[in-house]
Amino acid sequence: MGYSWDFSAVTLHPEMWLLGFLVTTGYSIATILAGLLIGVVCGTLLMSRRHILTSPVGGFVQAFRCTPLLIQIIWFYYALPVAVNVSIPAWLAAGLGLTFYMGAFSAEIFRGGIQSIDRGQWQAARAIGMLPWQVMWRVVLPQATRRMLPPFVNQSVLQIKNTSLLSVIAVPDLMYRAQLLVSETFRPLEIYTSLGVAYFAILYPLQKLAKRLERRDDI
Amino acid sequence: MISEVPRVAEAQAPPERHGSSAAPGRQAASEPPMIEIEDLHKRYGELEAVKGASLRVGRGEARFIIGPSGCGKSTFLRCINLLEAPTRGRMRIGEISMTFGAGQKPLSTRQQAAFRARVGMVFQQFHLFPHMTARENVMEGPRTVKRLPLAEARDIADGLLAKVGLAAKRDAYPRHLSGGQAQRVAIARALAMAPEVVLFDEVTSALDPELVDEVLAVIRQLTEEGMTMVVVTHEMGFAREVASAVTFMDGGMMVEQGSAEQVLEHATNPRLVAFLRRFRR
Repeated sequence: MGYSWDFSAVTLHPEMWLLGFLVTTGYSIATILAGLLIGVVCGTLLMSRRHILTSPVGGFVQAFRCTPLLIQIIWFYYALPVAVNVSIPAWLAAGLGLTFYMGAFSAEIFRGGIQSIDRGQWQAARAIGMLPWQVMWRVVLPQATRRMLPPFVNQSVLQIKNTSLLSVIAVPDLMYRAQLLVSETFRPLEIYTSLGVAYFAILYPLQKLAKRLERRDDI
Repeated sequence: MISEVPRVAEAQAPPERHGSSAAPGRQAASEPPMIEIEDLHKRYGELEAVKGASLRVGRGEARFIIGPSGCGKSTFLRCINLLEAPTRGRMRIGEISMTFGAGQKPLSTRQQAAFRARVGMVFQQFHLFPHMTARENVMEGPRTVKRLPLAEARDIADGLLAKVGLAAKRDAYPRHLSGGQAQRVAIARALAMAPEVVLFDEVTSALDPELVDEVLAVIRQLTEEGMTMVVVTHEMGFAREVASAVTFMDGGMMVEQGSAEQVLEHATNPRLVAFLRRFRR
């Protein structure tokens, strides 16, 4: 083929890579942590015996698991401020879709992890006089956390990749800055190749970590 | 519904006040039985697993309960420490009396936990905490429930592990213990709460035959020390050897009770005779 590669376009504005990296990791960390928090709360509610709690939470979880993330991001950015008639800062609205998406998946991981612990553990702990919260804190959670860790890391890997969707609402992450660079230099092949390498460099170590956690079967 | 509920941390037992109630059964009049259960029922929807079972166990007695699978003996045992909530009936263990049934206020979670701290239980499947060492398993009750200082809990655990012959295994995790060792740790864990009563629920049924004896030896030692216990088992030879008394349960009710010799050697009840025949080949 007669295409001559020219990677000089990639380093035209070297600072854009750093700034994009900061925005991408910032949104990743913030939405993963906030999502985890939502996941723990919603996962706990999902295990309640009261339908008045489980039904709405179950509905929330299914709504976010069964709609495309791209639609969620756009909806929270454009539609939510109109719907509730409150001006939400753009940077916050941009992250809400990602946060709830992570929350919905985390809720299922959390619930599944807790419920995977044998009932006998509850019985043995109650039999020595432990209160329910003590059983949860001392016996169930330590075991369940080890089981939840691999799926949580996997979900986090997906979440970091999914932050690239924020570019559609002009969040200046790696993806968005790469698009700007492309429109300036008309070198999409070189720039998107480099972008792919950049995401890989971030995610490969995490993926390795998830694999290692999965191999651990010491409990 | 509950006459005396000592707080978990209170070592001082409240004054006894059951003198006016029913006269103790075969016990000496001066000392009432440790366990008194009257007309206990447990219903799961349509199924009534325990249909009015009564039991009196004296202080220091090793009461064995035998009976066919599904006769309600495990359910009955789990009712004694409230892992299952009895549907109705009356129960007294030590100084704590309870009445179950319609119109009775259910025990609070805290009251139930305080009660269970005084009644140890050992399970068929051990149920050790897999993320804790043998010693940590035994320390868990004293630390978390009794809030004892670390050093004291550690001394209790080391003493009990030595007692069940596992001093050398104190830092081992349950996955590195044999079934017999795991069950002995589980017994030590129950004893660490210094319970008034220990309940054994078919504790050798999940073990390989060659590991059964080491667990029975620990139970035998406890009977010699005068621990009050209720033992559900299929080990008829062991029952004959160490039981203070044997109760035969069938169809959710106590059918026959008496000394081991009476119940196991001179049975006349046809259901008991049929049950025992299966253990002699």
